[in-house]
Amino acid sequence: MVFYLCPPVFKKRKRMPNHYETVFIMTPVLSEEQMMETVAKFKKILSANPGTEIVHEDNWGLRKLAYPIQKKNTGFYYLIEFKAAGELIGRLETEYKRDERIMRFLTVALDKHAIAYNEKKRKNAAAKKLEETTA
Amino acid sequence: MSATPNQEVRYLNPPTVDTSRKKYCRFKKNGIKYIDYKDANFLMKFVNEQGKLLPRRLTGTSLKYQRKVGQSIKRARHIALMPFVGDLLK
Repeated sequence: MVFYLCPPVFKKRKRMPNHYETVFIMTPVLSEEQMMETVAKFKKILSANPGTEIVHEDNWGLRKLAYPIQKKNTGFYYLIEFKAAGELIGRLETEYKRDERIMRFLTVALDKHAIAYNEKKRKNAAAKKLEETTA
Repeated sequence: MSATPNQEVRYLNPPTVDTSRKKYCRFKKNGIKYIDYKDANFLMKFVNEQGKLLPRRLTGTSLKYQRKVGQSIKRARHIALMPFVGDLLK
């Protein structure tokens, strides 16, 4: 039994925007333009929410799937890393489900190690690119 | 031409050849804190040729990182970077 002389004071935590990463796979039947249109649509959904910041995005292009999804063997992969309030995720995922062009999606919350890892990876990629252009 | 007295060496216990190597957790040793689900080639080390997760007793991974490996592999499977089932993956 714990008795408090005075009611415990819980520190009110400041709401920090969380760090997320989302990957989605679009159907290979789309043209390059339609694909970019879809990406633009989802980026708009993200940026429509105030306080959302897109940290990084990466177009993996047309990739072979490890197993068929909706009888397709390939798909356009796209990755977006962003900071947003947690309420956005639910809305984003319903939009994914409603969109027929999206075959699969995955949204992951990143912890501090993941953020550090991604930053390091990006830095390495940038350094490599710089090396290639100078060499 | 010295004849060796006991050519046939007998062991009480089976000879220990290469069995004393200690397993270790590669994540702890190399200071890896985060296991990326997007790196399918790396995660392939932790599945057998059917695409099933390998147990800790074979890979030597510590419990903390085995959980993370499992999580990452499941994520990789979801976005079709790794197969759920396979045959002769390696």
